[in-house]
Amino acid sequence: MSEVTTSVGDERLKAESFGAKLMKRPELGAIAGVILVVLFFLATADSSMFTLSGVMNFMTPAAQLGILAIGAAMLMIGGEFDLSIGSMVAFAGLFFAACVVNWGLPLVLAIPLTFVFAAMVGGVNGTIVIRSGLPSFIVTLAFLFILRGLSLVGLKLATGGSTQLRGVREAVEGDWLAPFFSGEAFGPLFAWLAETGLIETFKNGTPKVPGIPVEIIWFVLVALLATYVLLRTPVGNWIFASGGDRVAASNSGVPVNKVKISLFMLTACCAAMVAIITVMDAGSTDARRGFQKEFEAIIAAVIGGCLLTGGYGSAIGAFFGSIIFGMVVIGLTYTNFDQDWFQVFLGGMLLIAVLFNNAIRKRVTGER
Amino acid sequence: MSEPIIHMDQIEKHFGNIIALAGVSFDVFPGECHCLLGDNGAGKSTFIKTMSGVHKPTSGQIFLEGKPMSFDSPRDAMEAGVATVYQDLAMIPLMSVTRNFFMGREPTKGWGIFKRFDTTRANEITMTEMAGMGIRLRSPDQAVGTLSGGERQTVAISRAVHFGAKVLILDEPTSALGVRQTSNVLATIDKVRKNGIGIVFITHNVRHAMAVGDRFTVLNRGKTHGTAKRGEIKAEELQDLMAGGQELAQLEGSLGGTI
Repeated sequence: MSEVTTSVGDERLKAESFGAKLMKRPELGAIAGVILVVLFFLATADSSMFTLSGVMNFMTPAAQLGILAIGAAMLMIGGEFDLSIGSMVAFAGLFFAACVVNWGLPLVLAIPLTFVFAAMVGGVNGTIVIRSGLPSFIVTLAFLFILRGLSLVGLKLATGGSTQLRGVREAVEGDWLAPFFSGEAFGPLFAWLAETGLIETFKNGTPKVPGIPVEIIWFVLVALLATYVLLRTPVGNWIFASGGDRVAASNSGVPVNKVKISLFMLTACCAAMVAIITVMDAGSTDARRGFQKEFEAIIAAVIGGCLLTGGYGSAIGAFFGSIIFGMVVIGLTYTNFDQDWFQVFLGGMLLIAVLFNNAIRKRVTGER
Repeated sequence: MSEPIIHMDQIEKHFGNIIALAGVSFDVFPGECHCLLGDNGAGKSTFIKTMSGVHKPTSGQIFLEGKPMSFDSPRDAMEAGVATVYQDLAMIPLMSVTRNFFMGREPTKGWGIFKRFDTTRANEITMTEMAGMGIRLRSPDQAVGTLSGGERQTVAISRAVHFGAKVLILDEPTSALGVRQTSNVLATIDKVRKNGIGIVFITHNVRHAMAVGDRFTVLNRGKTHGTAKRGEIKAEELQDLMAGGQELAQLEGSLGGTI
């Protein structure tokens, strides 16, 4: 088999260098970006940024955004957008908080219920987009407002007039599932590391970093799972195909509509996951939860190499895109720069990423 | 003589008050290339869409290997062995050749939730099939966008053949290709035919039809103008039948017989 393919070459093809091959990976831009941003902060920021506690500091927001961004990236590869994920975080947060506070449900019920609820809302979103044939941009823009508004109204109903629903921490205290969704993991390990002096401790001997925040672990797991699905399963192939050309895909027997609706449900579930983690962390939920996260998630996905036209991108790219994001948000506080440079930085990166992706796409498809 | 793989009997198709097909009969034998010729608007597309399960005929019957069939979807037709290679090829330029080749029909290994896309086997099959058709790929993960039009056509054809097509419908496969690319595709058609697959070759280029066709059917205004065997008809006659006679004869005079 391999003889056939290696012995006959096309004399017009130049051998491809390793660099050229690398250029064709969608996540390359994001990895290059991480390196650039690290170099930038190594040069300008206080050295404490890259200590263990500094890393945890920027990885926490990166993880919270990243879970959303990976969902958004998969949906974008599938050829659709979801502008309602930020509002979905607030809405799912409200539902989750109402489950545990108002209805007194244990987490073992509240968490699956929240996911089912979010998946249903995502399903509605997706069904409207598919059935109407309208661009997902406009349908989900409507849901951005609908869900945000519903969160406000619902909060007032659940609390009797307030826009903040408190008492989540008290309600989940002692629940055996709570450690999986809040606080830090590997506490004993970190305590032991502190004892042996491998990591920094406070004066009283407790470690400065009590463990790895659970969202970081979820973030890594979600990224690995998404990458596995995209690259190593038939469903992954269907996602690329649906986003690349839906007519061609469905002519070849790909269940395009099912794939797309499932992806909408998946992004909504990612939003629910972030909602559960952040609500349990804060002990309360409010109507501004997840505000503008939809844009940040899409930016992270684009920095990660996703094309706006669909059919191309990677979950690993979105993973690194989110880390860039976290580093810039938190990193600026370690420097002498004004915090407000953050947005300029973000917009600039988005622009560079889009230009870069466009060039990559042309290379991949051999356009000139 | 063996029986036809597919036999379309008196197919009519109406769209509202428009009669797109007014009783078209057509059949294909194994290992035969049956050319369906016709000018734009003659009903070629409607006809092949009926054959491939996109449209249901208003009246008339489809027999597949002698048995009456009714396709509810292109998927149905595909499973029965009627594969169509459309003009847009159902190829996604950003995806690799392998991913395109197995789109919607990925080979898997493992079971349950560990069932996964068997990329190694998929790559191997793709390289073998492509080499068999005379296409040299740099690597199976080369994007389809980097292939030439003829190569893409060949990928689409060998995909259909690999997945067990008995009848292969080619919708104007040569219309957008250069001379060399066209002859590659015609050579591919010849290879496929020798495997005992029946080919329906839709074109409006008489010369391409004459190059590989065993039989020729001309469609004009939703009706067939008869079927002729190879050697029984000349290119000029086919051309005239397609255009519906006189006008082209007159035009041809003024153009010096170059069409």
